[in-house]
Amino acid sequence: MNIVIGGAAGQGMDTIAHLLGKTLTRLGYGVLLSKDYMSRVRGGHNFSLLRIGSTTPWAQATDIDILVALNEETYAVHHQKLRSGASVIFDNALFALPAQEPRGLPTPFGSLARAAGGAILASTVATGAVLSLLGLALPTAEGLIREMFAEGLVEQNIAALRAGYAALLPARPVTCALPKATPLPPQIFIDGNQALGMAALASGCRFLAAYPMTPATGVMTYLAARQQQHGLVVEQAEDEIAAINMVLGASYAGLRSMTCTSGGGFALMVEGLSLAGMTETPIVVVLAMRPGPATGLPTRTEQGDLNFAIFGGHGEFPRAVLSATNLEDAFYRLNKAFNLADKYQVPVIFLTDQNFADTARSIRPYDFSRLVYERHLATEETATFPYQRYRLTEDGLSPRAYPGQFIGEVVLSDSDEHDEDGHIIEDGAMRKRMMDKRMLKQNALATEMSEPELYGSTRAEILLIGWGSTYGAMREAVDTLNVRGKNAAMLHFSDLWPLPLNNVTTLLPQARHSFCIEGNATGQFAALLRRESGLQTTYLLLKYDGRPWSGEEIAREVEKNV
Amino acid sequence: MSKAADYLTKDTAWCPGCGNFPIRQALAEALAELDLAPHRVLMCSGIGQAAKMPHYLRLNGFNGLHGRALPPAVGARVANTALTVIVESGDGDSYGEGGNHFIHTIRRNPHLAHFVHNNQVYGLTKGQASPTSELGMQTNVQTTGVVLPPFQPLAVALTMGAGFVARCFAGERKHLKETMMAAIAFPGYALVDILQPCTTFNKINTYAWYKERCYFPEGHETSDWQAALTLARQWGDHIPLGILYNVPRPTFESHFPVLAGSPLNGRPFSPSEVVGAQDEFR
Repeated sequence: MNIVIGGAAGQGMDTIAHLLGKTLTRLGYGVLLSKDYMSRVRGGHNFSLLRIGSTTPWAQATDIDILVALNEETYAVHHQKLRSGASVIFDNALFALPAQEPRGLPTPFGSLARAAGGAILASTVATGAVLSLLGLALPTAEGLIREMFAEGLVEQNIAALRAGYAALLPARPVTCALPKATPLPPQIFIDGNQALGMAALASGCRFLAAYPMTPATGVMTYLAARQQQHGLVVEQAEDEIAAINMVLGASYAGLRSMTCTSGGGFALMVEGLSLAGMTETPIVVVLAMRPGPATGLPTRTEQGDLNFAIFGGHGEFPRAVLSATNLEDAFYRLNKAFNLADKYQVPVIFLTDQNFADTARSIRPYDFSRLVYERHLATEETATFPYQRYRLTEDGLSPRAYPGQFIGEVVLSDSDEHDEDGHIIEDGAMRKRMMDKRMLKQNALATEMSEPELYGSTRAEILLIGWGSTYGAMREAVDTLNVRGKNAAMLHFSDLWPLPLNNVTTLLPQARHSFCIEGNATGQFAALLRRESGLQTTYLLLKYDGRPWSGEEIAREVEKNV
Repeated sequence: MSKAADYLTKDTAWCPGCGNFPIRQALAEALAELDLAPHRVLMCSGIGQAAKMPHYLRLNGFNGLHGRALPPAVGARVANTALTVIVESGDGDSYGEGGNHFIHTIRRNPHLAHFVHNNQVYGLTKGQASPTSELGMQTNVQTTGVVLPPFQPLAVALTMGAGFVARCFAGERKHLKETMMAAIAFPGYALVDILQPCTTFNKINTYAWYKERCYFPEGHETSDWQAALTLARQWGDHIPLGILYNVPRPTFESHFPVLAGSPLNGRPFSPSEVVGAQDEFR
């Protein structure tokens, strides 16, 4: 069942979608909610897609069963995707559907809202109307309204919900009613940025400095709202240069810290990234990709910054790049990013994108006991005194102390090439030893990378290879292809640098047809794979229109070739 | 009790007669008189001759990037409010490359002392104009003379609401030391612009040039913002020294209740403490 809620920015689509998503989650359905929005505060055409299943869907589909059209444009944009038994809910006081459109269900949102207490309640009226169409009872949604709204607003919202519900009761067609599903076990309904914010919180990150930038801002707002309750500090920096340097200062001083941004902000941060490499200061940078170059499509999705994440920054220094593949995994993987940063005293870049950041799904609650909090700081036993910040050791890891940790000892970190004390040097021999020491950590990081997840048979004829937020769409494509008689599997990478190669070097040569699937125009991952392993897929499927892949789209592209 | 010698370390890479020497001496004396043991003090610096100071004093040091001396200092204050934080850098670093951080750190008002070695020239890159160079000064880049009017750091700081604004001269070491002590103790952002001759590249603003012009204004009230602004803008034949303005306002740290109490970097944590965080998503 697919619902599209569309209108101009500011008409409350988010409220409807969120209320519906959470209600359905509590009722035991599987829900996927994604947002398609324009880079503007008012007007334009924005919409939310809500897909409902007996289990939680992995990616969006294209057909529409219920269209909530808060303005006329929504109908114009989406009507061709309506199924035959679909319904269009719209405010007949605002516009009329074409005479030949039989699927319209006129619902006067505006007048019902005003009767319930004010025009602003129109989105709640619409929510009631959708619940009515779906054949669901109201108490769960009413309970949610009691939790979500301030006390003075609860009664009028419930009145609006009931008004919308009642308005459609007599007219509702049975085609849109949800079948009674066996309720799923208790779930949470959470989006990508919230999951990452919560992962940072639960990983002991106590300082975020950032400059707001779509689509990363959600991480910042999540943590900002929880500063008091959980004892952390969020500072909006004057620019991304300040943000990463604040984070470096805090981390140097012993506090687990991070920043978040998108490509343009990351461009300003790479100077600081290089500083993290040289000073061996652990930091985590969440890089939420959107289409570039330059300002690009600010509210859309792309996987165009993979090369930038791996190679950005002047000079050579070790780093790790991990990515968000799905909500279930990303929570634990960001935790891994923090621990890797501390263990190896390196910057770790965590790649997400708008598709991941703004998509909410109903999933099983996270298991916090799986989270690890390890700071890997120097101890009286591991440090030598007088303390040397960059003591040369066999594994390249110098015990890291923070200022004031050892009474009478000082900690000197330097952006210039330095000796074991941290003092500026220029002699070639020490330079080489320090470079070797730092680069040793890159080798060690390679042993920490997770192999890509194999979904499907090891003996599949068709192997799909991807990374990051394409996980859900690719998984659906594999299912679709197998249902249609093809023998397909996928190998999906979450840890990207250093690139783990064991599985892919075994499986890729065995597949008859292989596809690298990416959300960019040049096949950056395919090139990385070729560079690191000498292997390449037989086909490259690239999408760079700013929209996420759907499973059906991938399946269709694969079928064109095999 | 600390001694100045506790902080002075090895040989420097500065030119003989450089204004950095008396500044270093004054700072070592200030720290000794404040009895701040080296492990309790953090110096953040950028890049330049002045920015090498953490290498020539025994303190905690974060010698970061050019123009980026202030942001790590703000981060360090978040991590550990028990640290005494000093930012030491030159005029190019603080007012040119780091101009945006300068403006916003004043607004932010963290408890740190910012000592700017203002020699009105770029030393490390060998003699180009700095943001504070005199109009008409000829360099290997500004071949027909500087045409941009000099940046006015003290006037900018006052206008942006800085609570502690002072001008010192490297040739007045006792006054410099006392001003540094006051700046370090000041609860909030404290700017000390230190006029400093560059014996190699600045042939205009020499010791003798400053000695002729610098004076201590009499009867100046450091709570009088208007008078402070007038003194801040005074330049040329008469250059006033001293603490021009000294009125605390709420610090950056005071806006975060979580920073009250023990330093954030020392608080224990376990992921199980926050397991309730996901309840709101049920």
